[in-house]
Amino acid sequence: MNDILAKLLPLVVALVFAPLAMGIIQKVKAFFAGRKGFPVFQMYRDLYKLMHKGIVYSRSTTWVFRLAPLLVLAVSLIAVAWLPLGGLRGLFSFQGGFIFVAYLFGLARFATLLASLDTASAFEGMGANREALFAILAEPATLLAFAALILTSGNSSLWGAISWGQESSFAEFGVVPLLALVSFFILALSENSRIPVDDPTTHLELTMIHEVMILDNSGPDLAYIEYASALKVWFYLVLMANIITAIFSISGWAQILAMFGFAFLLAGIIGVVESSIARLRMKKVPDFIGSAVAFALLALVLEGIL
Amino acid sequence: MKLFTNGSAMSVEDIPVVDFEFFARSIAEAVKSGASIVALFAVPDYGKGAARTAAELTALPTNAATEKRARLFAFLGLPTKGMIGGIAADIGSAFPSLTPKIPQAHMFEREIFENTGIVPVGHPWLKPVRKIFDYDFYSLEGGQTHEVAVGPVHAGVIEPGHFRFQCYGEEVEHLEIALGYQHRGIEKALAGGPDIRTIHFMETSAGDTTIGHATAYAMLIEALTSTQPDARAEAVRGIALELERMANHIGDLGALAGDVGYLPTKSFCGRLRGEVLNLTAEICGNRFGRGIVQPGGVGFDIDEKMATSIAARLQKIVKDTDEAVGLLWDSPSVLARFERTGMLKKETALELGLVGPAARACGIERDVRSDYPSGIYKYAAIPVATYPSGDVYARAMVRMLEYQRSASAILDVLAALPAGNTGKPASRALPARSVALSLVEGWRGKICHCAITDNRGAFLYYKIVDPSFHNWPGLAYALRGQQISDFPLCNKSFNLSYCGFDL
Repeated sequence: MNDILAKLLPLVVALVFAPLAMGIIQKVKAFFAGRKGFPVFQMYRDLYKLMHKGIVYSRSTTWVFRLAPLLVLAVSLIAVAWLPLGGLRGLFSFQGGFIFVAYLFGLARFATLLASLDTASAFEGMGANREALFAILAEPATLLAFAALILTSGNSSLWGAISWGQESSFAEFGVVPLLALVSFFILALSENSRIPVDDPTTHLELTMIHEVMILDNSGPDLAYIEYASALKVWFYLVLMANIITAIFSISGWAQILAMFGFAFLLAGIIGVVESSIARLRMKKVPDFIGSAVAFALLALVLEGIL
Repeated sequence: MKLFTNGSAMSVEDIPVVDFEFFARSIAEAVKSGASIVALFAVPDYGKGAARTAAELTALPTNAATEKRARLFAFLGLPTKGMIGGIAADIGSAFPSLTPKIPQAHMFEREIFENTGIVPVGHPWLKPVRKIFDYDFYSLEGGQTHEVAVGPVHAGVIEPGHFRFQCYGEEVEHLEIALGYQHRGIEKALAGGPDIRTIHFMETSAGDTTIGHATAYAMLIEALTSTQPDARAEAVRGIALELERMANHIGDLGALAGDVGYLPTKSFCGRLRGEVLNLTAEICGNRFGRGIVQPGGVGFDIDEKMATSIAARLQKIVKDTDEAVGLLWDSPSVLARFERTGMLKKETALELGLVGPAARACGIERDVRSDYPSGIYKYAAIPVATYPSGDVYARAMVRMLEYQRSASAILDVLAALPAGNTGKPASRALPARSVALSLVEGWRGKICHCAITDNRGAFLYYKIVDPSFHNWPGLAYALRGQQISDFPLCNKSFNLSYCGFDL
């Protein structure tokens, strides 16, 4: 019984706290902008509101457009079920799990891309084009960063990849996890459509990447997509928090608490990054994502040498 | 060519009517030596000295089968002389287009074609300027080209306009801008005036340029009625005009920051713009300055107590704005977005006849306040702010320099407000068969108002040239070869008026 609870806990935590992390990001941004900002729990209310609204479907759309939001949410939920929380493994875990999870998010993206093309809108087609390009660039960074961590820990499950260090000290693994962490942070920004890659708050369709693809979604469909986005952000936050706690060799219940602390701290850092730099020119985005590949590759090379 | 100063009136007969060939050659020569067209319009049925009243004109069947006759008026700004030149020619239902030799005439000629049906023969791309709703846009064909249509309904709370992009991947090859969604027929409604509504049409022809357009109108009426407003009234007008410039420039700098996702400057400038607008409201009770400028003087005075309070608040605003805007120049990520985005060459800007900050950001030293000074600008010289690079950065930089210089000009004027009263309303009885023209440097650039009165002293023809009329083609040019994702940024760096264009 206790075992099942322990397995379910990371999933339940993700489902409950994901929108809060989004609230923290926007609160930090509001602070730097000199505004009060809306409440940190606003996203829960928004989701509730959207769930009670009707859905408008464009005449040009087909079943693809209707299926996509459900698929995105379902796939994101499954992916989060792999997410460990400190010493607690996720609901599912097997060797090579990180690849499975990486491509679950890939499937979600594929569904979004198809749905956006299904609307036959010039804007959404452009957004899909950009999203596809940047995803291709982000993929090697994800896999290389995981590879470096897996070589460090010797365990290729998602849990094992990021929880290697309970018994070892920081000095032993040195700089490899740090480099992987940097890589994941850049990926967290680019994969979750944050500044400097995308601007989640802009109203300018021509500059959007992710937001423009879901312009036609409304009501519960939009709620599913928004919630799935929050889960994805949470996934990256916890992933990075796991690595940090592992670096500091925190374990047990203290690790779970520290994870929360670091996850929200990282959300705050994303907010600070978003407040302190402007968006990159679209042409320069590949360079930025390329730097994630470079950090991951460096981690891998160093791991091979050391 | 009849030369006169900014804000003067004369009899229509004083404008020489020459044969078309001479007319075209004079304009071409003047433009070659640095002049710019401030207004070019055709007054229908004016030929053979048969000026009719506006009422008679509107009673005429619009599609008369008879040959149309019109008088073509051209007014040129001669910045080196500080004068405005006027010349006219009588034309039939067609005339040889000036555009091939003088590109800056192209919008004016299209407007003439649209308003009167008179054809500028040989115009390279003759299409209406405001009624462009069932029109086939220029389009590119080919494997990787695609077309993006934006507007007229936009995602933000902004005015309606349609933008048609021809793209090759992310790169814009051609942008066509279709406006006219806000056409209210202001110029037509002004004919037969001035009346009690006229000032309100002026103040709302472009709402964010209330003071600019109202001042141009007031100068025109004062010229026609030979009224000289009191120095104090001129000072209040100047303060209001510069406050308008400050508010809009500060707002634009914030909006530019917002478009690149740089939040601190965006929110601070948004608030500070409001504070400047509140200063205007302090004077007249309206944030856009409605009711301040009236022909003959101003509707509101600034007393000593108010002057002190405005000066103190203004200094605080400038200090805060300098800090908020300074963040932009200290952020490499912002500079990376601003620099070399939306580049416009000086030659292109000159050919297209751009005005205002957009032209000055291409290194063109043109400013009505120093080229054709009127009102307080005769005494308070404000240094012209230019920047050579012609990109978004330059347009942002010029805006910063201008709000700073406006602020110090306002403080100077406030410190030594001339004595006198605010003036009494000018008479609405205008001399018959006269023409007057006024230029004002609004915050977007050169505003031109030109009026011709009929036999009874009512407006026969009233022409408003908003700076946006000159500058929209500049935006289309600046976008060529740019990334389509940079369009909002370029657009904001010009920040042109839709309603001021549509009239």
